[in-house]
Amino acid sequence: MAELSKNGEAADATPNVTEVETVDAATEAEAVAAIEAPVGRGEPILQVRNLVKHFPLTQGILFKKQVGAVKAVDGVSFDLYQGETLGIVGESGCGKSTVAKLLMTLERATAGEVFYKGQDITKLSGRALKAVRRNIQMVFQDPYTSLNPRMTVGDIIGEPFDIHPEVAPKGDRRRKVQELLDVVGLNPEYINRYPHQFSGGQRQRIGIARGLALNPEIIICDEPVSALDVSVQAQVINLMEKLQDEFNLSYVFIAHDLSIVRHISDRVGVMYLGKMAEIGTDTQIYDHPTHPYTQALLSAVPVPDPEAREGRERIILTGDVPSPANPPSGCRFRTRCWKAEEKCSTEVPLLAIPERFQGQDTPAAHESACHFAEEKDVIHAA
Amino acid sequence: MLLEVRDLHVEFHTRDGVAKAVNGVDYSVDEGETLAVLGESGSGKSVTAQAVMGILDMPPGRITGGEILFQGQDLLKLKEEERRKVRGAKMAMIFQDALSSLNPVISVGDQLGEMFQVHRGMSRKDSRAKAVELMDRVRIPAAKERVGQYPHQFSGGMRQRIMIAMALALEPELIIADEPTTALDVTVQAQVMDLLAELQRELHMGLILITHDLGVVADVADKIAVMYAGRIVEHAPVHEIYEAPAHPYTKGLLESIPRLDQKGSQLYAIKGLPPNLLAIPPGCAFNPRCPLAQDRCRTDVPPLYEVTESPVPRRSACHYWKECLHG
Repeated sequence: MAELSKNGEAADATPNVTEVETVDAATEAEAVAAIEAPVGRGEPILQVRNLVKHFPLTQGILFKKQVGAVKAVDGVSFDLYQGETLGIVGESGCGKSTVAKLLMTLERATAGEVFYKGQDITKLSGRALKAVRRNIQMVFQDPYTSLNPRMTVGDIIGEPFDIHPEVAPKGDRRRKVQELLDVVGLNPEYINRYPHQFSGGQRQRIGIARGLALNPEIIICDEPVSALDVSVQAQVINLMEKLQDEFNLSYVFIAHDLSIVRHISDRVGVMYLGKMAEIGTDTQIYDHPTHPYTQALLSAVPVPDPEAREGRERIILTGDVPSPANPPSGCRFRTRCWKAEEKCSTEVPLLAIPERFQGQDTPAAHESACHFAEEKDVIHAA
Repeated sequence: MLLEVRDLHVEFHTRDGVAKAVNGVDYSVDEGETLAVLGESGSGKSVTAQAVMGILDMPPGRITGGEILFQGQDLLKLKEEERRKVRGAKMAMIFQDALSSLNPVISVGDQLGEMFQVHRGMSRKDSRAKAVELMDRVRIPAAKERVGQYPHQFSGGMRQRIMIAMALALEPELIIADEPTTALDVTVQAQVMDLLAELQRELHMGLILITHDLGVVADVADKIAVMYAGRIVEHAPVHEIYEAPAHPYTKGLLESIPRLDQKGSQLYAIKGLPPNLLAIPPGCAFNPRCPLAQDRCRTDVPPLYEVTESPVPRRSACHYWKECLHG
């Protein structure tokens, strides 16, 4: 998989899922072996290429016919390197949670590939898929609804072992669960308690312990702290950073809070209406953004410093995000963009280093999907 | 003074015991002024506001003491009938979740017009015209065509504008906004906050902004009241509180939020959990989580010490506010 094109045409995909062909035992064993092999630090562990997910819109009750599709994710490409945190930010409806579900293979992709150690997980099945799922785990947003209220904490954290018994033999499970509770900073004696006996922050710790149970390599975190109070948020973020070092984890951190994403991420991707608008290191994105949407997003974040009230330029966008069922032609942001010209409605801008910055040693030289990319610092007071 | 809350106490009677939600809150807002009430869930910030508006669920809630003076008149002594004339006309509230605060089966125009029919005795036709005017004012495009539409036909930001229009309908003197932008995306949040600030200036209203977002507060507030376990722990002008907090809780909050404009190292985390309102710790409620706590903090409830008396008085409910301010 040496050469993976990042900007191939996002296939005008029909939402019909391609049936996964049955793999013979030999190729499956090969895939499992590849999945279980370790990856060196800093090498790509997950490579996402032109990922597409369309949800069909149907009409009629008896005779359903498809009248369109919600283009939740429409050609997204990025790499996740071993040991890093990739933050994905964007407003509601931009497709960031759908990306999370696709990476988890909880949803079938309409088109595109997700290579995990060279294996395309959108095409895997059976033993190989099970092995992938063990290595990619998830932490959810809402600690109140993501834990079963009728199960004890021990059962919740130990449940992954029922599906993957090879990780912990039956007699060893209780000890393993207690170890996990200790790792996430909860008293191991709480093993027989129920979720309602815990606060929001403690519940999120339980969710994290469940995510860690199978010793995964990648954890997908979908808004893991947005339901928590400010003082508890910091505790959970610190815990997640500690665990990353301890277990050598790679995180995909999805959130709408731009300050938290900057804090935890090594690299950040900005999504808008199913597409990646800009991606780069945290300094490149926050201090040297080149995409107008990123600039507007950053300038809209209220900064906890009253002195900055006057000094900062605010870019206030007009209008709302268009419907993903009927996105604008060309650049999707053009309907709200102050730079939009004729070209933007006809040509889809590709996610690449803008021509004017190519070959230059500047932080502005990072991938940005805009015809008129231009560097602009919006978060530091003038 | 437009509104003065004095030593307000509110309790909730639950199956598990009495939850002391508000334990002696004092704050005031003047015309044209913005007071931000900052606190985490369970700090009593919304309950205080509900008591001011007179929309507290009673039972299980009970106001056990204090005064709410609005233009010099104690609202708690008014009969429900008289109270109703104040609510909506003289003070109005904007809620967090516009979708569940608007009636889904009544058109937006009728919901806005109802205010004029009930309080001003206008005809249906006149009130419709007023509704269009209001929607224009909060910059809803094509107001005339959209006045007959229902809440689900509007986006989140537009619905919040309709809530603002409804609150402004009778040009009240006081607006209470309870987390008005928490459910919105950042770009829309900026639009809505701008609109609210502009209308406030124009109409010279008092604004109580209830929020947990330290960024929003820094953007719009004149003064801040920080609440913890049903009490105000620090009260100060906005610039001073960000520069040098005089209460360890405020200090901890400010240090625990990551910055947008620079990459910090590890976040400071306030240890422990917010208190259980059924069993608030004796002494200072923050003492089990406080890095400065001494024996005295575990027994004596700290009064609101005066830190400075400059234009807006600055107060802190910490025995060791000096150490906090200078340490």
